[in-house]
Amino acid sequence: MTLRHPGDGELPRWREGLRAYGLIAAMWIRSSMAYRASFVITVVGNLLVTGLDFVTILLMFSQVHSLGGWSLPEVAFLYGLSATAFGISDLVLGSMDVLGARIRDGSFDTLLVRPAPVLAQIGADRFALRRLGRITQGGLVLGYALLHIDVNWTVGKLLLVPMMLICGAAIFGALFVVGAAFQILAQDAAEVQNAFTYGGNTLLSYPPAVFGKDFVRGVTFMLPLAFVNWVPASYVLGRPYPLDLPAGAAFASPLVALAFCALAGLAWRAGLKSYRSTGS
Amino acid sequence: MGAGRLYAAVAAGGFRRYATYRAATLAGVFTNTVFGVVLVYTYLALWDERPHLGGYDQAQAVTYVWLGQCLYATLAIQGGGFEKDLMERIRTGDIAVDLYRPADLQLWWLASDFGRALFQMLGRGVIPFLFGSLFFRMALPTDVTSWAALLVALLLAVLVSFGIRYLAAMSVFWLMDGTGVNQAMMILGIFCSGMVLPLNAFPGVLGDIVRALPWAAQIQMPADVLMGKTDPLHAYAFQAVWAVALLAAGRLMQSAATRRVVVQGG
Amino acid sequence: MTEQAFIELDRVEKVFDVRKKTGFMKRERRQVRAVDSISFGVARGEMVGYIGPNGAGKSTTIKMLTGILTPSGGRLRVAGIDPSRERTRLAHRIGVVFGQRTTLWWDLPLIDSYKLMHRMYRIPDARYAENLDRCVELLELGALLDVPVRQLSLGQRMRGDIAAALLHDPEVLYLDEPTIGLDVISKAKVREFLRELNAERGTTVLLTTHDLQDIEQLCSRVMVIDHGRLMYDGPLTGLHEAGESERTLVVDLERELPPIEVPDARVVKVEGPRQWLAFPASESAAPLVARIAAEYPMVDLSVREPDIEAVIAKMYAEQAEKAAS
Repeated sequence: MTLRHPGDGELPRWREGLRAYGLIAAMWIRSSMAYRASFVITVVGNLLVTGLDFVTILLMFSQVHSLGGWSLPEVAFLYGLSATAFGISDLVLGSMDVLGARIRDGSFDTLLVRPAPVLAQIGADRFALRRLGRITQGGLVLGYALLHIDVNWTVGKLLLVPMMLICGAAIFGALFVVGAAFQILAQDAAEVQNAFTYGGNTLLSYPPAVFGKDFVRGVTFMLPLAFVNWVPASYVLGRPYPLDLPAGAAFASPLVALAFCALAGLAWRAGLKSYRSTGS
Repeated sequence: MGAGRLYAAVAAGGFRRYATYRAATLAGVFTNTVFGVVLVYTYLALWDERPHLGGYDQAQAVTYVWLGQCLYATLAIQGGGFEKDLMERIRTGDIAVDLYRPADLQLWWLASDFGRALFQMLGRGVIPFLFGSLFFRMALPTDVTSWAALLVALLLAVLVSFGIRYLAAMSVFWLMDGTGVNQAMMILGIFCSGMVLPLNAFPGVLGDIVRALPWAAQIQMPADVLMGKTDPLHAYAFQAVWAVALLAAGRLMQSAATRRVVVQGG
Repeated sequence: MTEQAFIELDRVEKVFDVRKKTGFMKRERRQVRAVDSISFGVARGEMVGYIGPNGAGKSTTIKMLTGILTPSGGRLRVAGIDPSRERTRLAHRIGVVFGQRTTLWWDLPLIDSYKLMHRMYRIPDARYAENLDRCVELLELGALLDVPVRQLSLGQRMRGDIAAALLHDPEVLYLDEPTIGLDVISKAKVREFLRELNAERGTTVLLTTHDLQDIEQLCSRVMVIDHGRLMYDGPLTGLHEAGESERTLVVDLERELPPIEVPDARVVKVEGPRQWLAFPASESAAPLVARIAAEYPMVDLSVREPDIEAVIAKMYAEQAEKAAS
C-alpha cells in the first residue's frame, strides 16, 4: 500500500519556507489580537522607543550645526536609511532572539518535526506587527531627509535609495541569522546578537567620519555594515567614501549582501547540525 | 535582628539568581562594551564641535558614557528587574499570598532588587568601565574620597531606581496589565536618565525639566559626583528627596492596593 | 522478519560531548554515550513501549527517529527515509506528541491550531474533515474546539495535542510520556483512543512512558533501555522471566501460625493469620496451593502479579552486579 504524500518534493525549499513563514506569521498576528489593548500600546511604544534614537540626534543638533562635518539632513538621510532597512529585517526576523529560550524549554524540538524549513519557522516566531513602528518612523525621517538634502539626482543615485533599503535589510537579516546560529551553541547569549544588530543600527545613524579609522575598517570588511548605507549614501551625497574604495563600491551592496547572506546560511546550517536538544 | 537577617537572605537570593546566567552576563558585558564604543565616538564628535558642552570636556564626556554603560543594567534603566516578577504576581493574584507573609512587601522586593543590582554592577558593569578606562582617555579621580562619594551616590541611585519601578509595579493592581507601563518606563528611563545624552547637555527648558525629574538621580548625579562637577551633599540631597518621595508614594499605593485585595477577597 | 521493518535501527549511537566544571575556571571534557549501539526493528502496525529510567536514552532515541538529532554512528531508517537528512519529507509521514510541551497555539481557539496543520501539511480537504471529525468524536473535543488553548485542562490539552499529531494521517506516531500528569479518566480515554487508532488504521505506535499501565494496556512488545543500551526486547510477559521475578501468594490461615514451610517458596511477610509467600513467576501456582491446602488450615488465598517497576529495577540491579563482577 502506498499513500500519496503531499509535499513530497512539490515545491522548491525556499517557496516551502515562505509559505510556512506566512502561515505562522498569520497565527502570531491573530494571537496578538487576543490582547487588543496591549497590541495598541505596544505599537505606540515601539514607535516611540525606536524614535528615541532620532530624538538623540535632534538633541545633538540643537547644540551644534554639524557632526563630523555632516549636516542634520545628511545625518537624517543616514539614519532614515539604516532605521528603515533595520526595521524591515526586524519585522521579518526580529524574534530570532527567542531561539535560545525555545531551545532551553525544549519547544524548539516541536518545530523540527514540522514539514517546513526551521529557519522559516523560527523567523516567523513571535511575528509582531508592532515592529512596523520602527519602519514607520525610519521612513518618516528618510522622507524628511530626501526633501532637505542637497543632491544632484541622477538615475544611478535614485536607484541607490531603494537598493540601500533592500540590501540593508538583507545584511541586517543575515546578522539575525548568524546570531540565531550562535544561540544554538550558547543559548543564554541572545544579547550578543543585539550588540551587532541594534548596535550596528545605532552606529550607521552617524557619519563614518565620527569613528576611528580601524573601527570603520572593521565594519566595512569584517562585518559589511558599511554597505547598508555609509558607502552608497556617501556616493549619493557626493562625499568621499569612508575608506579608499574603488569608485563602483557604492553599487556593490547587492553583491556584498548576497555573499553575507550565503555565509549566514552556512552558519545556520552548521549551527543546526550541532544542535543537541535538551534533556536526556 | 531576625528581620535584618531575613532581608539579607532575600538580597543574597537576588544576587545568586542573576549570577547563575553566566553566558547571559558575558553577552551583556559584550553588548555594553560595543554600545559604549559607539557612543564614545559620537560624543567625541559632538564635543569636538562644542567643547565644554554641558560643562564637560571630552574626557569627562567619555567618562559619562562608560559610567552609563556600567549603570545601565545595575539600575535597570530600561526596566526588567524585580518589577516584572512582581507585576506577574499581581496579575495572577499570587500577590495575595505575599501580603500574608510576615515580611514587608516593599522591603522584601527592595532587598531582592538590591542583590540584583549588586550582581549586575560587579558581574556586568565593571568590565565595560575598565575597558573604557583602558582604551579611551577618561577623567577619573585619583583620590579615595571621590570614589567613596560615588559609592554613596550609587546607593541612593539604587533606591530611586527601585522607587520608580515599584510605583510602576503597583499600578498593575489597577491596570491589571503591565505592558503599557513597562513601555512607558522604558522610554522614560532611557531618555530621562541620560542614557542617550548627558542631561547637562539637554537644551533650554527641556534640560531644566529632565534635570529636576527623579531619573536625573540615576546616572547624571553619580557621574557629577565622581568627576567633582557638583557638591556631593547637594547631589545626595536631590537623590534622597526623590528616594523618600518615591518610596513613600509606593507605600501609599501598596496600602491602597492591599485594601483592594482584601476587599476582593484575595 | 519477511517484510523489511518499518522502523529500523542498526547499531545506532549518539555521543554527546559534555563539558563539566571541575573547579574554578577548570572544565573537563568527556563523552557521554546517550545511545550506545542500539539495534531493533519495528514492523508496520506494531505498538511498542519504550521504557527505562530517566536519562536512559529514550528521548534521545525518539529524537533521532524524528530527525531532531543526528546519530553519531550506525544506520537508522524510518519508512526507508534517513530522518536527519530528510527531516521535512519524513515529517509528512510521522506524528509526534511531546507529553510535557504542547504544539498548540496558546492564545487561539483549539480549532485554529488544526487549521494550521491542515494547511501546513497540505492535507486534502476531505481527508482533513474526515480525520478531524473522527478525532473530535473519539477524543471528545467537540465542546473544546472554540476554546483558547490556555483555558484547557492538562488532559484536554493532551487530547488536543494527540489529535493535532494525527490529522495528516501519519504512518507512525511517537508519543513521549503521553499520560504524564493526567487524571485517571483522561488516561483511560487516551489509551482507548490509541488502541483503536492502532487497530483500525494500523498506525504504528512507539511510546515512552513512566506509567507501566500504559504498557500493560497498550503494548504487545516492550523495549527496555538503560545507560543507552537495549536491555530487553520482547513481550511483556517475557520481561518477568528476564527479570527472574517472583510472584506472591497471599494466604489467609484460620489462625496465627509459624511461617509456612514448603519447597520452592519462601515466606516474606507474616501479619497475624495472613502470610505472604514468594515463588518464581515462571512456575505455576497450582501445585503450591495444593500442597499448602493439604498441610495448613487455609481460609482464603490470592496471587499477586509482580510489579513491573520492581521487575525492571531488579533487572538493572542484576545487570550492574554482573558488570561489577
